[in-house]
Amino acid sequence: MDTCIQKIREIAGDLLEKGEVERVIGFAEGSIPMATSPVAISTKEDAQKLCFSSTCGLNLANYASKEKGKKIAVVAKGCDSRNLVTHIVENQIDRDNLYIIGVPCPGMVDKFKIAAEMGGEITGFEEAGDTLIVSTVDDKKELNKQDYLRHNCSLCTHKNPVLFDVLVGEEVEEQQLDNAYPDVDAIEALTADGRWKHFEELTQNCIRCYACRNACPLCYCPTCFVDESGPQWVGKGQDKTDVDTFHFLRAFHCAGRCTDCGACVEACPMGINVRDFTRKLNKDAQDMFGWEAGLTIDKRPPLDAYSPDDPNDFIK
Amino acid sequence: MGNLLEHMGIEKDRVHFSWISSAEATKFVDVVKEISDKVKALGPNKKFVKDYS
Ligand code: SF4
Ligand code: SF4
Repeated sequence: MDTCIQKIREIAGDLLEKGEVERVIGFAEGSIPMATSPVAISTKEDAQKLCFSSTCGLNLANYASKEKGKKIAVVAKGCDSRNLVTHIVENQIDRDNLYIIGVPCPGMVDKFKIAAEMGGEITGFEEAGDTLIVSTVDDKKELNKQDYLRHNCSLCTHKNPVLFDVLVGEEVEEQQLDNAYPDVDAIEALTADGRWKHFEELTQNCIRCYACRNACPLCYCPTCFVDESGPQWVGKGQDKTDVDTFHFLRAFHCAGRCTDCGACVEACPMGINVRDFTRKLNKDAQDMFGWEAGLTIDKRPPLDAYSPDDPNDFIK
Repeated sequence: MGNLLEHMGIEKDRVHFSWISSAEATKFVDVVKEISDKVKALGPNKKFVKDYS
């Protein structure tokens, strides 16, 4: 990990010094342990602030589309690179203005799970390979990282960046899964009422802060449907039907585009696994169109291209 | 869309999709009949309904 951080800093500093890019988007240490945050730096000196660890769970492609027209570099894990591909395919960024510093991803950790295991406030977090050394004021534990991986990372089959200009580490081995969607299958196996109950319970604590939407690289519309007031598509309060409508439509806007990067879940202060919505759409995209989002800039996404072979048995 | 609604627990027979030309009166009648039969069989919908009272 340390050599990879060194390389990120070197490359970023070099690019900025030579004026090849105006800004580098990466991660920096936050003010408390495990809270790395996205930064955009523009001087060689600031490159020393860049870091990388298993707590860099947000998706930096989200910030790339906000720098339109500028030459930028982005530090990208496997999923970030897939969202950069999606941005290019959707004309949000120009490939020529983008320099991708690819990081073969070691998997990100589930902060809620670690917090639950530790009980008290976390005062220290270090990593040594697959061992996480986590401390609170009166406790210190060594945890096996594989037991604390985020759910999406444990099912990830694209840890290596799919598009990059430089890689800062050796490619990691990709896992083969017999079933990529066991969680979706489990929900599908329920009755209609059981599924309804599942989603009602899932969103019952939602405070509609929209952090999930704000963290998602796919949500770049200048005015989101939930913020619009003329027409007002959905009520703005805590009415359960409005909350459900928000979640249903947010997910649907990600159909065929979601990379299951987990940034939405990472950002949610209430610990809601909003991926339960998007993963059903990802599975459908896979089953109906053999499509996984963000793998290549040479193909149009299924919802943006017509083919006579498109499945249409839902229509009478 | 139908699939995600179904996944969230809205019964499949509640939401129907059809393409009917303005010249296809009989198809229109058939589809509407089929829809109303299926929806009647399910009974009133209680999900995704906003209570304004
Ligand atoms: S981040 Fe969580 S609480 Fe906030 S709107 Fe999304 S699901 Fe609701
Ligand atoms: S919906 Fe969530 S998992 Fe999918 S791309 Fe957006 S932030 Fe990532």
